[in-house]
Amino acid sequence: MTSTGWHRWIAGAVLAVLVGLTAFPFYWGIVASLTPEAALFREPSLWPTHIILDHYRALFDERDFWIPIRNSIVVAGTTTLLCLAVGSLAAYALARLEFRGKTGILSLILAVTMFPQISIVSPLYLLLRALRLIDTYPGLILPYLTFAMPLAVWLLVGFFRQLPFDLEEAALVDGASRWQSFTRVILPVSVPALATTAILTFIYCWNEFLFALSFTLGPERQTVPVAIALFRGQYQVPWGQILAAAVVATVPVAAMVLLAQRRIVQGLTAGAVKG
Amino acid sequence: MTRSTSTRSTSTRSTSTEDPRIGWVYVAPAVAIVLLIALFPLAWTLWESLHQHDLRMPWLGRPFVGLANYAEILRDARFWGALGHTAFFAITSIALELVLGLFLALALNETFRGRGLVRAAVLVPWAIPTVVAALLWRFMFDSQAGIANAMLVRIGVLDQPIVWFIRAATAWVPVILADVWKTTPFVALLLLAGLQNIDRTLYEAAATDGAGPWWQLRHITLPLLAPAMLVVLIFRTLDAFRVFDLIYVLTGGGPGTSTEPISIYAFNAMLQNLEFGYGAALSVVIFLVTFTLAVLYIKGLGADVGGRR
Repeated sequence: MTSTGWHRWIAGAVLAVLVGLTAFPFYWGIVASLTPEAALFREPSLWPTHIILDHYRALFDERDFWIPIRNSIVVAGTTTLLCLAVGSLAAYALARLEFRGKTGILSLILAVTMFPQISIVSPLYLLLRALRLIDTYPGLILPYLTFAMPLAVWLLVGFFRQLPFDLEEAALVDGASRWQSFTRVILPVSVPALATTAILTFIYCWNEFLFALSFTLGPERQTVPVAIALFRGQYQVPWGQILAAAVVATVPVAAMVLLAQRRIVQGLTAGAVKG
Repeated sequence: MTRSTSTRSTSTRSTSTEDPRIGWVYVAPAVAIVLLIALFPLAWTLWESLHQHDLRMPWLGRPFVGLANYAEILRDARFWGALGHTAFFAITSIALELVLGLFLALALNETFRGRGLVRAAVLVPWAIPTVVAALLWRFMFDSQAGIANAMLVRIGVLDQPIVWFIRAATAWVPVILADVWKTTPFVALLLLAGLQNIDRTLYEAAATDGAGPWWQLRHITLPLLAPAMLVVLIFRTLDAFRVFDLIYVLTGGGPGTSTEPISIYAFNAMLQNLEFGYGAALSVVIFLVTFTLAVLYIKGLGADVGGRR
């Protein structure tokens, strides 16, 4: 469409409205997390009148919210590292080597990214119980690999395919092995792609709920989403603390998204639109 | 898969001398993980679904019952209810997301100043934990003195504040809104990628011939955007059919079981009631529904959309 003046005006107005609507729930959650509990449902006012940090203090002092944060960082971090190590090697072979069964493997991996988590919850539960891994870190990391690994492979295959062939040719002609070419040529130029993949994998793990709910038993190993969802007060819903926790859980992902938004969009749309 | 033809012709040049097994060695760990912790459990679920397995009554053992669990599912009113809720949720939220996402994508495609900022702003809801999104919306609709009631009364939509979560009809409102809020950005980004693939000269030619923006939208943008919209449709349908976190936190499936989707029903059957056999059969049904949709995607679209580029 030709970008005439009124076009831009309409587009700008639509965007302003949509961005406003998008931002409001965040704004309201943040305001509420800074409002005394007693004032939360009394005559809602759009502007905070009396700002307090009590909910945040209670979150860490009384509820030990650093425990779920620690758990989430350990589980999401370990899963991400494993996915990068195993996934980048597989993605390199799938993107740049020729071998029989390659298409089959790619389809298999894509198929796994699509299947519903609920369909493997019960066997994983029985399996982890038999291995005594319920309520442990490995008991979350292993199940997380089921969705994170295919995602990492899928994203990295997309990135590795875009690298020109000549990049490796010189090294290979000089007698470098595939392994050397992978570690010394491909990986160094793929740092941005690896970072994007790491960020997306980490976000998926950080946000995961069903497995974390199913395979943990108590606060000691619960991740952030489970801890927040199961927040209970003695007499009523402790909204102030819940929203403070929600803000804390959102900050890391929001920061990552804002830092790497261009690359994230590329990674996501490459996987989806280019098939 | 897009560029496989070009990489194949170039990479075989130097790989002809090397051991073809090396590719398998490199993918082996990844394939082993997929087989061991995704496909093997899936097969186990299938096997489990043919048994009566109740962890509350271990003395009953785990007798093989054939398709009895599936026969029970067909007679189970709660299952059909849950399937209906899932379909309702999928259709309503996806319809809204496609329409709003299209507006957002068209607007993003038009503007240049501040596009990065806006793109980042709309990405944040997509990236946050679904649990957090559900809680934000639960809070806005919670209590008769909540902000949703206050605003709706102020603008005259409601005469007086209502309790949203005690009736199914009203409990769906925050559920659908929360999903639309969280997912529309993702839809818009996929559609924006589709928009940016459309050849600009088509619009210039149309404009030269005197075609207005409405004509251009209907005869150029929408037809050429159809493949991207179809991809979005399938992706979102798959997601919507496995919806769990959002409804678990927002309504818990309630009031009663009136907003319960099939994944929450299966979860409760397994991990609340410990009926692993029956729960496994429910999960197989969910898997079959999503698998059918995924096959539609790969068969119907994979080649088509990939081949265009």
